[in-house]
Amino acid sequence: MKQFAALYAALDSTTRTNEKVAELTRYFAAASADDAAWALYFLSGRRIKGLINSRKLHTWAIEGAGIPEWLFGECYDAVGDIAETIALLLPPPDLTDDRTLTQWVEAHLLPLRRQDEAGQRESMRDAWRRLDGTARFVWNKLITGGFRVGVSQLLIVRSIAEVSGADRAAVAGRLMGEWSPSADFWHMLTAREGTERAPSQPYPFFLAHALSSDAGAAAIEAALGDRALWQVEWKWDGIRSQVIRRAGQTFIWSRGEELVTERFPELAAAAERLPDGTVLDGEILPWDATIDTVMPFAQLQRRIGRKTLGKKILSEVPVIVVVYDLLEESGVDVRNLPLHQRRTRLESLLHDLDDPRLRPSPIVSEPNWDALAVERAQARATGVEGLMIKRLDSPFGVGRTRGDWWKWKIEPLTVDAVLIYAQRGSGKRASLYTDYTFGVWDENGVLVPFAKAYSGLTDEEIGRVDAFIRRNTQEKFGPVRTVKPELVFELAFEGIQRSARHKSGIAVRFPRILRWRTDKRIEDADSLATIRALLPPETT
Amino acid sequence: MAESLILVTDAGLYCPIGDFYIDPWFPVPRAVVTHAHADHLRWGCGSYLISADGLHVTRARLSDDAAIQTAAYGEAVLLNGVRVSLHPAGHILGSAQVRVEYGGQVWVITGDYKTEIDATCAPFELVRCHTFVTESTFGLPIYRWQPQRTIFDDIDSWWRANRDAGRASVIYGYALGKAQRIIAGVDPTIGGIYTHGAVERINRAYRESGVQLPATTYAAAAGKRDWGGSLIVAPPSANGTPWLRRFGNLSTAFASGWMSIRGARRRRAVDRGFALSDHLDWDNLMRVIDGTGAESVWVTHGYTAVVTRWLTERGIDARIVTTRYEGEAIEAAESVESDELTDPVIAPPASDGIAGIAGDL
Repeated sequence: MKQFAALYAALDSTTRTNEKVAELTRYFAAASADDAAWALYFLSGRRIKGLINSRKLHTWAIEGAGIPEWLFGECYDAVGDIAETIALLLPPPDLTDDRTLTQWVEAHLLPLRRQDEAGQRESMRDAWRRLDGTARFVWNKLITGGFRVGVSQLLIVRSIAEVSGADRAAVAGRLMGEWSPSADFWHMLTAREGTERAPSQPYPFFLAHALSSDAGAAAIEAALGDRALWQVEWKWDGIRSQVIRRAGQTFIWSRGEELVTERFPELAAAAERLPDGTVLDGEILPWDATIDTVMPFAQLQRRIGRKTLGKKILSEVPVIVVVYDLLEESGVDVRNLPLHQRRTRLESLLHDLDDPRLRPSPIVSEPNWDALAVERAQARATGVEGLMIKRLDSPFGVGRTRGDWWKWKIEPLTVDAVLIYAQRGSGKRASLYTDYTFGVWDENGVLVPFAKAYSGLTDEEIGRVDAFIRRNTQEKFGPVRTVKPELVFELAFEGIQRSARHKSGIAVRFPRILRWRTDKRIEDADSLATIRALLPPETT
Repeated sequence: MAESLILVTDAGLYCPIGDFYIDPWFPVPRAVVTHAHADHLRWGCGSYLISADGLHVTRARLSDDAAIQTAAYGEAVLLNGVRVSLHPAGHILGSAQVRVEYGGQVWVITGDYKTEIDATCAPFELVRCHTFVTESTFGLPIYRWQPQRTIFDDIDSWWRANRDAGRASVIYGYALGKAQRIIAGVDPTIGGIYTHGAVERINRAYRESGVQLPATTYAAAAGKRDWGGSLIVAPPSANGTPWLRRFGNLSTAFASGWMSIRGARRRRAVDRGFALSDHLDWDNLMRVIDGTGAESVWVTHGYTAVVTRWLTERGIDARIVTTRYEGEAIEAAESVESDELTDPVIAPPASDGIAGIAGDL
């Protein structure tokens, strides 16, 4: 545990990629196979679910620290992280402990699932008495989840490849999907020769680089060259996923590497008819069959949020997969074939299947960049986010590698809005007011909350806005401050929908701060009426 | 009931009988000043009473014609019949708590202070009083300092590792106080110690005051050289500026009590954060308050609401003293400090009256 905590501290104290890889490599080289596997499990953001909710941890920490509830709240506001707050508040450890990460996981962490509340409490208090500083924080993080230390999957793969001499792509592939941390898994992962893949295992997703959304046709031509070398598709706004049919079973994975097969029974049913040994890459979309159009993403969110899927929601929000690519055919990995060949095979496969729930992603055939730019400008009306531009001879790569796949998103919608509420951020922004709510004018000349946004300002601007908020707080409601309306910001967002749940009657997608409009007064901010004019026509 | 010996006015704490202010926020005729950080030492007052230990550092921050009177620690000065004495606060060189006595009532105003021993200044002295006016910069129980030896060992290890990797080590700390404490605390056998002009100016004042510091070289005067293995001590405002370019490959660190919180470390955009503070932590704050025997506690500069509520719940008469500086605004604007050695005067107040905010930066 000490070594793992030291690794965490080392990774946390550098922003240099090479140093992170060096620290990881050093740890993996020295660790036992089972420790390495568990470390990898946690570093890649996985967690044992359903251990202890943070409410209980919070209660036990308050007991342990001997402070009142309100003081814990003040501390949490300053720290912005429950695991760290607890680690800092508790008295220093009075016991020592030299057990390894695996021993800690097996003796303390896993048993938590079976213990009653009293047993869990005992176990946690014992752990807190044995762990100091970073180790205590790391331990809390293993339980609460959200274990982020700025190492990407790519860095982890690099260091494992370095330690073991195994091929990077092979390591990346073996890490996909579900696996259980064990010495056996570590040996399989680091083997130099290929090992058998589980039927459920997806391929790493290939991601596109962004072209500047304000780039025009000429800039695109300069960057990408001849239009004829590229395949162009719509950029859909759904859930990127892989549909796998192997060994008589169906698996649907989301890009977050979550198995979502059961959430989409109609897709699983469609995929059952795929030939064995097929893997498709596509986008799950809510689809209105009567008008053959994609529905707003918010509709899909209604489905994602549910534990059980009733008939009603299944009929109200039917889904399809718009299939982008063919990754495996007849059990053979075809990712290295050029895109145009994969596309031909994909079209023929889906043609034979003839199921409207699995349809090829439409090709945008405009013959030149100028015409494509026109299409893109109208894209919002069709419910898509822009264009995807893929080199016709490109393989299906791993991760976000530059050059072959590009996304050219629609220019965002923008609105000038007034800062009206603020709340402290968490994590890196704890104790600074960085979570803002913005208002726009309604018909009665009142600022109504319209969108929340967290990002988009520089650190220097954040500092200035924070200072303004502290000096101009009108009221405090728990963690939220009402702020004197004075600052105007230009907000950007990708989509806009009607919403009964929002006071303004409007919900926006991916709102963010584009710039601080110090040149504008609050009277210059936009009104609800102008924003409503951006709404798509009502469909029902 | 007689008027309180000390009042909170628009210009800060004021003693009407003695007719003097303590750490005033605006120019006043007579100021008693706890220490030379910019949020306590205001430019333009008619006269200043400070500790004798603080003379050189205060001179380094005021114009040459400022009227400065000094008193040794513990020496009593009568101001209109009010007995005023200064007692070590352990914060930086010359820092003092102000003890005010009149008609059998004793007040102590701490300014900023810490209880841990500091090689560069006189150790904190516990002074008994009826009313205790205390700072509360780190007034939350999450703040619990490691012994400074542990922190200096960490700084030394970081410096050594950078040296072995051929890198320069740049450490940021407030130019007055923190920088000298760092210089006095690290292991000077690891490599050469270089300074930013703002730090070197204060080093001179410390040395003139008789404080022993390891040899330091003003970086701008060191010419072109290989900076690998050097320790460079600079004010936080130097981070991310072109001034750093000369040092080539480097690692950065920030020494401040705030660095005990991970979010604050990451936000600082430095490689390392060392939780070395010139203020006292929660446990020591409570110990000192208890030790003064004070019947009333006024809480200022920092987590005033938290500390006041905590004390009130324990039956202590406590109240908040609002300052112009919201202590929790840890990222408060830092004045940009000149690298010039011949720039000893703090700027006249900017339009909002704030020349720069010190705190525990």
